[in-house]
Amino acid sequence: MSSDNIDIRYVAKLARIELTDDEVERFGRQLGDLLEHAKTLHELDTAAVSATAQVVESRNVARADAVGRCLEHETVMQMAPQRQGAFFRVPRIISEDS
Amino acid sequence: MQYEAVIGIECHVELKTKSKMFCACPNRFGGEPNAQVCPVCLALPGALPVANEEAILQVIRAGLAFGAEIPAFSKFDRKNYFYPDMPKDYQISQYDMPLAQGGIVRYWLEDGTTKECRLTRIHLEEDTGKSTHAGSGDGRIAHSRYSLLDFNRAGVPLMECVSEPDIRSAEEAVGFLEALKRTFVQLGVSDVKMEEGSLRCDANVSIRPVGSKDFGTKAEIKNMNSFRSVYRAIESEIARQIAVVAPGGRVMQETRGWDELAGTTHSMRSKEEAHDYRYFPDPDLVPIEVDRTVVARLRSLMADLPIARFERYRESYGLGVAQATQLVDTPQLAEYFDSCVGAGGGGQQAANFVLGDLSRLANETQTPVWESSVAPQDLAELIGLVESKTINSKIAKDLLLRMWNGGGSPKALVEHEGLAQTSDPGAVERFVDEVVAAHPKVVADYKAGKTNVMGFLVGQVMKQSRGKANPALAGELLAQKLG
Amino acid sequence: MSETMELSAAEIARRVNAGDISAREVTDAALAQIDAVDGRLGAYLTRLHDLARVSAGRVDARIKAGEHLPLAGVPVAVKDNMCLAGTRTTCGSKMLEGWVAPYTATAVARLLDAGAIPVGKANMDEFAMGSSCENSALGKTRNPYDLGRVPGGSSGGSAAAVAAYEAAIGMGSDTGGSIREPAAFCNLVGFKPTYGRVSRYGLIAFASSLDQIGPLARSVEDAALAYDVMAGKDPMDSTSVDRPVEPAATALRSDLRGVRVGIVKEFGTQRLGPEIDSLYRRAYLDLERLGATLVDVELPTAEYGLATYYLIAPAECSSNLARFDGVRYGLRVDGEDVGQMYERTRAEGFGPEVKRRILIGTYALSSGYYDAYYVKAQKARTKFGADFKRAFERCDLIASPAASSPAFAFHAKSDPYSMYMMDYYTIPMSLAGLPALSVPCGYVLPEGSSRPMPMGLQLAAPLFGEVQLLAAANAYECATQHARQQRPEGAL
Repeated sequence: MSSDNIDIRYVAKLARIELTDDEVERFGRQLGDLLEHAKTLHELDTAAVSATAQVVESRNVARADAVGRCLEHETVMQMAPQRQGAFFRVPRIISEDS
Repeated sequence: MQYEAVIGIECHVELKTKSKMFCACPNRFGGEPNAQVCPVCLALPGALPVANEEAILQVIRAGLAFGAEIPAFSKFDRKNYFYPDMPKDYQISQYDMPLAQGGIVRYWLEDGTTKECRLTRIHLEEDTGKSTHAGSGDGRIAHSRYSLLDFNRAGVPLMECVSEPDIRSAEEAVGFLEALKRTFVQLGVSDVKMEEGSLRCDANVSIRPVGSKDFGTKAEIKNMNSFRSVYRAIESEIARQIAVVAPGGRVMQETRGWDELAGTTHSMRSKEEAHDYRYFPDPDLVPIEVDRTVVARLRSLMADLPIARFERYRESYGLGVAQATQLVDTPQLAEYFDSCVGAGGGGQQAANFVLGDLSRLANETQTPVWESSVAPQDLAELIGLVESKTINSKIAKDLLLRMWNGGGSPKALVEHEGLAQTSDPGAVERFVDEVVAAHPKVVADYKAGKTNVMGFLVGQVMKQSRGKANPALAGELLAQKLG
Repeated sequence: MSETMELSAAEIARRVNAGDISAREVTDAALAQIDAVDGRLGAYLTRLHDLARVSAGRVDARIKAGEHLPLAGVPVAVKDNMCLAGTRTTCGSKMLEGWVAPYTATAVARLLDAGAIPVGKANMDEFAMGSSCENSALGKTRNPYDLGRVPGGSSGGSAAAVAAYEAAIGMGSDTGGSIREPAAFCNLVGFKPTYGRVSRYGLIAFASSLDQIGPLARSVEDAALAYDVMAGKDPMDSTSVDRPVEPAATALRSDLRGVRVGIVKEFGTQRLGPEIDSLYRRAYLDLERLGATLVDVELPTAEYGLATYYLIAPAECSSNLARFDGVRYGLRVDGEDVGQMYERTRAEGFGPEVKRRILIGTYALSSGYYDAYYVKAQKARTKFGADFKRAFERCDLIASPAASSPAFAFHAKSDPYSMYMMDYYTIPMSLAGLPALSVPCGYVLPEGSSRPMPMGLQLAAPLFGEVQLLAAANAYECATQHARQQRPEGAL
């Protein structure tokens, strides 16, 4: 089984997980094996089959537009790994995509 | 070579619901940071979204206003990317099955010509929180040392409208945006305030030789904070691209930010990052099936839309572009105007009163015209009195002030106080005789050929009659007496 | 151990409601049992002595005021992926090691409102990813039937707690087998209701389209009692089903007359070895003896279960777990910029199994592979639904093993794939959203061991067939009484 088709570093970048070289090697191999197994799905004829996103078919579940309670500001801020006054603080943002 | 611009607009409009898109936190601008958040919009572990029904209906109505198709089936998808102001690190949006597809935005330019721009789609998603870039001294992201996050806005319903590249100039882009704005305001789906961020737009701009059917490479322009900056940014970008292409250069496909102070756009992405949003249907939400009867009902409730109103005002009443625009831009004023016209008031006169005297009074008293004591039917009556020459315009002005202060029906006022213009030759003749007797010198001047004193004499008759004499009749009688 | 802790949940509730014993006394007995045995077992990550006593006081006051509470005074172990306001809720991860939930999951709230007493937050595989509890970053849980073996997972802490009388009911969550497999390993009834029956609000998501909360208990009746309380539409969970819940606890049966039980051809047990094979053959015969008709059914897609599941669940988890980014709560490892902070936080906060699944899920959703993997798996999922639909035209219930082996020794399944194989029998039902449970069906002697280890019989029903399913399981349980034949040494 091969793992040569997975660019594990690229995937880790998308997933925002820093990997050690050892992890790159190990996960790369394991994911390769798993995908190899996943490829058995291609044996399955699904030409006439639609995709199932949810097993129980339900529709139009929505709520009325009414205001409810918020969390207490202090409860919220106590969770913050780093805060500055009433704000959450994070290190500088380099990428400008939003 | 002559170039033409090809422009497509993508804009995000915050919907005016009471609560957020997927939770019951208030949808309110401003406030203490991080005080309008709950487990859902803060993306706490275990929290789940439930869609706001009103937001869905608002997008459908927005679509219907532009004749978009409302597909029977729609769903929410997750758009996955990491950004600190996006709590879940994915945005709930709509990928391949938006609530509204297609449609046409018809709009007008300052000279009154109407244009069309096709819509690609309108879909529903959620807004992000707000980041403030700090520690740099200049508030710019590039030099900041850290950022501060406020999640009050996170989860506010956001409607994204995407246009086809049918726009050809900065002026058209602004016309298109104004059309969106006045339509959404009239539908009551958004306040559409660029300065509060409830309307944000990006423009895809490219150029091509006039006559060409191909598309050039486009640049996406961001950071435009007002209609004026949209205009300036697009103008500047078109000029930049022509300057690149004319000598044989090539435009890069990139995102460019508009710099208000410098008056130019600049390349935004320092390092080109892969974008792989990994869209997939959100398993936490169920699909939307839009009932055809709901669509029919919403369509039937669709009021007179701005473009239709504008054209009606122009064609039926012959209003000028400025007056028609002014009315259309304030839907309540337009409705007031329509009621007045419906009650028999002539269109041009009604527009003059509504945009003139009434708007002035409204300004002075800080009371909107449509909330004032002057009912549109009363205004129509007043216009009728003027048009039938029962009263003259001076009396009309006085009456309007009294009506504003609660005077009620102008007809009743005129009758009670005998303000009707007097066209009874006998009565007017009495005033004429008094005036002739009181001003022998002027009469002599007239007889000596100084006919321009006639105006003075008519004025004296009006004064004597306390404005009631029919000035035309007074003139006639004076001429007879002195002739 | 206090005799009180050997009472069933139904009996505790009956006595507390009758005023024969107070919720406080039951709670004290549970806390004493926890203090006595949990040091060895490690079922709980957090013991809730104070909260439990306060809750017991409230329940006693309500009983005094004349209320009848279906779970009055019943000590429950809450799996640590369910939020309980004011308590540490870790999901078995370093990422949330110190996080205190500010709100309560709907299913937990319903149980507590019905009089249940939360005595502790139970250990689990990190983010519910695993079948042994060994993936917990915060503690090791042992199987009360053999301390050298795993309790199963991911709801292993809840299972161990209930098996060792540290609680009468355990709350678990099941994505691909995480209630049924630990129930089988710990000689319990573990019940996963139909997807959408129990609200997921407040359950820290692993795979949204598969996750389902359910009870672990020492009897079918207790499981039914807890299910009756937690099931039902929740306006906070769009995917919770708006459909009346028929009470199951009062519909239990003692025979299986007229019930057609399907035996899945593809689930043949010969490959599990002669001892296990004969155990299941005996179980099927017991069903027949109780009046059931056995019919052969086919699930042609069954062999693709793991492949399908290990694409869908990781894909959803890769997105669900994105929020653990060090910005708003939980662990943060600082960096020069936000991107580095994310990558370090997630590298440090997630264990290897979680990382593996996030990576594979990210890959399966990424551009160019989405159709080949994710969409293909969703289509396969449709085939599972169709397979079961066809099968249920010929039968009312499906019987199979719950797991392919008894509880294994720690570190016995070191490569991920062999661990994934543990869910072979439970995954197909999960993919189809079916209600399914595991009920004790006897013991086998693992190789080189002198301690008999429990095995579980899986029964599954069509969507929303909870009542029929529990009724049948009760008949089997009452007739066979397998669970009573061995005592969990670790509990004593």
